Amino acid sequence: MREKILNIIERNSRIDVHEMAVRLGTEEALIVEEMQKMENEGIICGYHTMINWEKTSEEKVTALIEVRVTPQRGQGFDNIAERIYKYPEVKSVYLISGGYDLLVTLEGKTLKEVSSFVSDKLSTMDTVLSTATHFILKKYKDHGTIMTTKSEDERMMITP
Amino acid sequence: MRNPLAEHVVEIKPSGIRKFFDIVSEMKDAISLGVGEPDFDTPWHIRDEGIYSLEKGRTFYTSNSGLKELRMEICNYIKRRIGVSYHFNDEVIITVGGSEGIDIALRAMLNPGEEVLIPQPSYVSYEPCTILAGGKPVIINLKAENEFRLTAQELRDAITDKTKILILPFPNNPTGAIMEKADLEAIAEVIREKDIFVISDEIYSELSYKGDHVSIVSLPGMQERTILINGFSKAYAMTGWRLGYACGPKEIIGQMTKIHQFAIMCAPTTSQYAAVEALRNGDDDVEMMRDAYNQRRRFLMNAFQEMGLECFEPFGAFYVFPCIKEFGLTSEEFATRFLNEEKVAVVPGTAFGDCGEGFLRISYAYSIENLKVALERLNRFIERLRAEKK
Repeated sequence: MREKILNIIERNSRIDVHEMAVRLGTEEALIVEEMQKMENEGIICGYHTMINWEKTSEEKVTALIEVRVTPQRGQGFDNIAERIYKYPEVKSVYLISGGYDLLVTLEGKTLKEVSSFVSDKLSTMDTVLSTATHFILKKYKDHGTIMTTKSEDERMMITP
Repeated sequence: MRNPLAEHVVEIKPSGIRKFFDIVSEMKDAISLGVGEPDFDTPWHIRDEGIYSLEKGRTFYTSNSGLKELRMEICNYIKRRIGVSYHFNDEVIITVGGSEGIDIALRAMLNPGEEVLIPQPSYVSYEPCTILAGGKPVIINLKAENEFRLTAQELRDAITDKTKILILPFPNNPTGAIMEKADLEAIAEVIREKDIFVISDEIYSELSYKGDHVSIVSLPGMQERTILINGFSKAYAMTGWRLGYACGPKEIIGQMTKIHQFAIMCAPTTSQYAAVEALRNGDDDVEMMRDAYNQRRRFLMNAFQEMGLECFEPFGAFYVFPCIKEFGLTSEEFATRFLNEEKVAVVPGTAFGDCGEGFLRISYAYSIENLKVALERLNRFIERLRAEKK
């Protein structure tokens, strides 16, 4: 049941409880209870909105930054990750397998803002060995949603 | 000039759906609940396999009965899903959609004048295909009070000494009815006793919402007298790929393959490669789609209940079949007025047989958002009809 609830609200967090209960063939009270529990357990971490900022007049620049670091004894990567994710302009931090260690998503108003974050704050941290910054030019698909085109129903109106 | 046409073909009535289709296609801004195909795109990994087969230059005929790989995967699938074994070599044929399977099964099995029992409401092709194969269609009118299931008594009453084949179309288009194991056991007994054959059209088998689908071939003594029809259109959202299959006793499949060989040669090669991928790695897709349909089904049933529209709860396919007798209109009048006044297309139940009178087929192969808009309009419309009646 939890998984089914999560699958629905992951796509539409504004759905009302009644509709969700009908679709899943269960009671509203049960859904409310499960959602409450999942909020408390930190499974549901928020009810955000997907925004295609490119279509607004707001200027935004997003960069993906590969960061190579020296892990610290007893701390691993946690300490350095924490130091990075505390910056509000940092949208996500992932520990990654492969050629580098941390993948940081950074959002800023201008290229300059992003690059000064990288050069002034990120690269100067003690344990950071190197960084590589990639600016996002266009989002085709984000969070499972295709951002570029809306597909139309091409089926015939009536078929047997 | 002489009349170039064959009389028995001219005499076949055009599909009732066709007529309605023409009216709807005139209307530009109508929304439709009238389609009989999934709204999902074919899962990408399946399409990608089709593309890859083209890139590799696999553009030739396959053997008449279809790619060996695909026939083997079909046998694995049937074993896994319904626990019945078929031999890929001579008990399976790949067809151009389930429709071709039905056609060539009838043609392979019927002598002139032999009778075919066709439960209705059901898919539009059984009756004309029977006529084209030289057989005589005998209609069994299913009843709403039985949730449009076929009962042993109805079957028994329709059997004569000319009866050769029963067509068993479950999960059913247009009613959404299913046959559960006990229902099938009851009719299987009659079938064995009267020594008739079955063409079981199970194209919607993956879209069952009350436990797993049960196939009649899994009952004792039935595999040897049944042609099982299935395909990729509904389960994997592959309607346009035109790919289905038939499984059955090798004597019948062999003759079907002969017709197929002369009429069709083989099913589309690209589609066959894509279908191998569907069977190997498509279970999760099927489950995702089934779950989505099931949510919509519950959503519709709840909405009907709220607006006081009578409808038995269907457990299969992606159709609901509400009763509109309370409004005193025929199905066609209701559907035409609904289209003109609210711009929503639904299919009159009569398109699937006379006993569909008083019912509508509403498809839920649409997103919840679409369904919401259409249901709002349906509610407004029936409120108006009820007010008119007062």
